[in-house]
Amino acid sequence: MSRCFEAALAAILSLGACVATAADRYPGVGRPATPAEVRAWDIDVRPDFTGLPKGAGTVERGMTVWEAQCASCHGVFGESNEVFTPIVGGTTADDIASGRVHALVSGASPQRTTMMKVATVSTLFDYIQRAMPWTSPKSLSPDDVYAVLAYLLNLAEIVPADFELNERNIGEVQARMPNRNGMRTDHGLWPGAAAAQGGMGNGGKPDTKSVACMTNCKPAPQVVSILPAYAQDAHGNLAEQNRSIGQTRGKPTVAAGGVAPAAGGNGPLALAQARGCMACHGVASKLVGPAYDDIAAKYRAQADAEARLLSKLKTGGQGVWGTVAMPPQAHVQDDELRQLVRWILAGAQAR
Amino acid sequence: MANRDARPGRLRPAPENFLSDADIQLVQQGRRDFLRKALLGASAAMALPAAHAVGEAGEAAILELPPWSTSLGQPVAANPYGMPSRFERNLVRRESPGLTRVGASSVAFTPLQGLFGILTPSGLHFERHHQGWHDVDPARHRLMINGLVKTASVFTMDDLMRLPPVSRIHFIECGANTGMEWGNVAVPTVQYSHGMLSCSEFTGVPLRTLLDFCGADYRKGRYILAEGADGSSMTRTIPMELVESGEVLVAYGMNGEMLRPENGYPLRLVVPGVQGVSWVKWLRRIEVGDAPWATKDESVHYIDMMPDGSHRQYTSVQECKSVITTPSGGQMLLDRGYYNISGLAWSGRGRIRRVDVSTDGGINWREARLETPVLSKALTRFNIDWVWDGKPAILQSRASDETGYVQPGYGQLRAVRGTRSIYHNNAIQSWKVVESGEVSNVQVL
Repeated sequence: MSRCFEAALAAILSLGACVATAADRYPGVGRPATPAEVRAWDIDVRPDFTGLPKGAGTVERGMTVWEAQCASCHGVFGESNEVFTPIVGGTTADDIASGRVHALVSGASPQRTTMMKVATVSTLFDYIQRAMPWTSPKSLSPDDVYAVLAYLLNLAEIVPADFELNERNIGEVQARMPNRNGMRTDHGLWPGAAAAQGGMGNGGKPDTKSVACMTNCKPAPQVVSILPAYAQDAHGNLAEQNRSIGQTRGKPTVAAGGVAPAAGGNGPLALAQARGCMACHGVASKLVGPAYDDIAAKYRAQADAEARLLSKLKTGGQGVWGTVAMPPQAHVQDDELRQLVRWILAGAQAR
Repeated sequence: MANRDARPGRLRPAPENFLSDADIQLVQQGRRDFLRKALLGASAAMALPAAHAVGEAGEAAILELPPWSTSLGQPVAANPYGMPSRFERNLVRRESPGLTRVGASSVAFTPLQGLFGILTPSGLHFERHHQGWHDVDPARHRLMINGLVKTASVFTMDDLMRLPPVSRIHFIECGANTGMEWGNVAVPTVQYSHGMLSCSEFTGVPLRTLLDFCGADYRKGRYILAEGADGSSMTRTIPMELVESGEVLVAYGMNGEMLRPENGYPLRLVVPGVQGVSWVKWLRRIEVGDAPWATKDESVHYIDMMPDGSHRQYTSVQECKSVITTPSGGQMLLDRGYYNISGLAWSGRGRIRRVDVSTDGGINWREARLETPVLSKALTRFNIDWVWDGKPAILQSRASDETGYVQPGYGQLRAVRGTRSIYHNNAIQSWKVVESGEVSNVQVL
């Protein structure tokens, strides 16, 4: 990245002289980026740690950040499968030693966790920094990103509980990533130059070499898989997912009046879905957070219920329903929050 | 005309005649609860429309003039932005229940079962977001190009839309399309099995123009990183060879209008032949670099698991594939007789050369007609005549592209890649037709 800073700086210092020839074709179009602009957006971190900001964070500090901002979706130990696939689990001390996750080979683990797959620790830093937390991405300071990452690495037993992760020792952590030797690029699906030409992959050689046989290609077709009966109506009424004219009709798979999974709609339920509330809450059932029915039952009788719940949505809360924290819902407008609170207190009907 | 009601395209009285005698017995014995329920629904949904009843003098649809022939219609611009007919409400983007837990990181599938030709209506283009979509203010949107360039630069939408544009038709397919079917049949219809697939005319500026403008170091900079402006700031590594070919576009137009917000308004990358995740939406930045980035969506997701437990990284090309869109899973043939088997074929490596269709599960094949245009890295529509004799059939299509590659069957593909991958399933799709006319999703070796 320092190269690009220099390039940008050079461009600004000697604008007239330095403009590339190609830019002359389109006078008046575009402008040089300032160094501050490049710094603001160029946040990527590569496997060789190009782009990694300076900073440090302990496992202990990471736990604090995690429980406040991450655990509501990922679980306290990064193990939750409620909202996203689990981050931690399925790796062993042997994997850390060998750099290959045995459970991927043996098929022992039904879930493939992030730690089982990811080969490069830079990937985790980059992603946490750019995209997390879910509802307020890019809000963590570099120190907090180091801390959260240290916490996750500790949960996966890659670093000890008293570890402080920083830009100097992250390379040592890389050498302990459980699946660091689990990736390969010797395939035909990379559309650039082959490894032999300094790129990656085999230059586009396909895995299969099928022949277009035209007659008597096999004795009989062998049907090896069909849709099980219980799954026939799992996608709603197929009759309502096909045109009502033409050479075919959709097969009725739900008795008349059945609910098909049509998207969209208006009203508070659609709003709750659109704002991500339903990721953690159900109307009648507890998911990560409490069910709306339970919230209504608890608060309905209280005179200041609306104001209290509004404040909880805005600032976050923890402890009333368990240890998993409710993060502040800064991405939702005030009037929408009010609409949602009233809807929940009124019984959260799907209207 | 005595046999009028047996003509193709004519609904037979529902529901009994859709089933064989044996099937009816099963239903009566209560051994197929699902089917029985379905038929209860069928009797309502499939009742013969009055207009289909042909009396002695002729059809009511002709003899009795309808309101639209006998009254004044609506004025112009009653719908300032036109919408499909109210009779077309069934064909919408839909989610696959249970596939994801969070709508902001999910998929809405294109209803391929009802589409014609090769272009996907913009409102039906499939959706795949990683952290929700935004309607980005184009006046505040910027594209930055930095890294191994002489002049790191910033472009406004005004800038980009001043530059000489190109318009090209290309397919976009999610790398996970058909991913639910690696191990076994999982979904009922082509919307869910193949609907992470769309094709549009995209308009924009070749990325090469912009990299030339900034003085990219093409000798050292053999990779680019594309980055989005949304919360996920999606990032993907793309080889410079594709950019140099001139095919990679910084696009703002789709099917004659601006991109839809769900598809990246006001700016997205178009990377023909490559899986959709690399077509970064709400594109804010291109960095030129000398090594791949191993971003989250090329290190944790969009990696292809092999039978030995290793993962293939940077798998990008969407290999040659095809699917029959009608008749297809979840549909019912109305009667014996003539049908047009129609489908789509595409290849991330170039033009479709031919498509063969089998109606006997792959024993014998016939070459289908390719409809024009047949464009590189675009959907190609194929059609072929079929007269259904009322007997069980298994419909398959098999595409070949201009490189000579032939779409593989499940047996061939699994022999190399196993069944635990999610991505790049381009196996031959099979639809089974039974005597009742019901079509269902099956896998055939």
